[in-house]
Amino acid sequence: MFKYFEPNRIFSITSKAPRYVLFLFILILSIGLTEALVFSPEDYKQSHAVRIMYVHVPAAWITLGIFSTITFLSVVGYIFKLRNFFLIAKSLAPSGFVFNIIALVTGSIWGKPTWGTWWAWDARITSMLILVLFYLMYLIAWRIYENNDKAFKITTIITIFGIINLPIIKYSVDWWNTLHQPASINILSKSTIHTSMLFPLMIMTAAFALFSLLIFLMKYNTELIKIKNKGLDRL
Amino acid sequence: MTNEILFMNGYGVYVWSSFAFTLLSFVFLYIVIKTQHIKEKNKFIAKFGKLNSERAAFAKSQSINKEILSNTQSI
Repeated sequence: MFKYFEPNRIFSITSKAPRYVLFLFILILSIGLTEALVFSPEDYKQSHAVRIMYVHVPAAWITLGIFSTITFLSVVGYIFKLRNFFLIAKSLAPSGFVFNIIALVTGSIWGKPTWGTWWAWDARITSMLILVLFYLMYLIAWRIYENNDKAFKITTIITIFGIINLPIIKYSVDWWNTLHQPASINILSKSTIHTSMLFPLMIMTAAFALFSLLIFLMKYNTELIKIKNKGLDRL
Repeated sequence: MTNEILFMNGYGVYVWSSFAFTLLSFVFLYIVIKTQHIKEKNKFIAKFGKLNSERAAFAKSQSINKEILSNTQSI
């Protein structure tokens, strides 16, 4: 099964895909922005400040999703010695890192009108800040050790330690009495968000996911060309 | 209508700055990744150009190299 993930096989697809993904991203983002900023209703408590949710929540979801994926790929890649899994994980990291920063900054901006402060050492916010540090360590490790066995080992260790933080982020609002509100959207139980707000939220999430796919494809292609550059040196 | 979208009952500055920060981060990340991509591609093309005909023919026999060289259209 793993042979389908070989770079030579998928480069022909990944090199052509970005232009279509970019087009789709711009289209979905335009719809999402119109819905989020114009058509969605204001909240009875938070008024228009609730619109920050349409960038804050998708960014937080995607950064958590990307870190989970990176950990999975690193661990499986390390166990089965699959170099390409590391390449995919490495290519996912920049967008995960940027989405984490977006979640923190927009959360801080949202905090000012709703809590009266830009920052609080609240369990959810602090654990998100710790996640950004793990992303930073992960990216720095790749920069220091390049594409070699030591980089595979160190980045896997970083992700294993980092993944411990993910349940803390998820359940921090339930475990501790925090400023941050509990989750409004639950997969297993009924969501407490109205469909008029859920719809733009889902569109914005789709747009953000497409953007991270676009960045992943571009970064992945760059990494493959970098490997091929080294290959030309050896000829 | 326009005033309501712009000022949003006094929350406009928070809402618009959040969206602006997000979109600027997107543009920044896109430019950084795109620049890295162009740099590596140009390096590849330059290295390929320096190969003698025999080595160039061998390198070109690999589909991925052919793909890198042919895929000059950028997004």
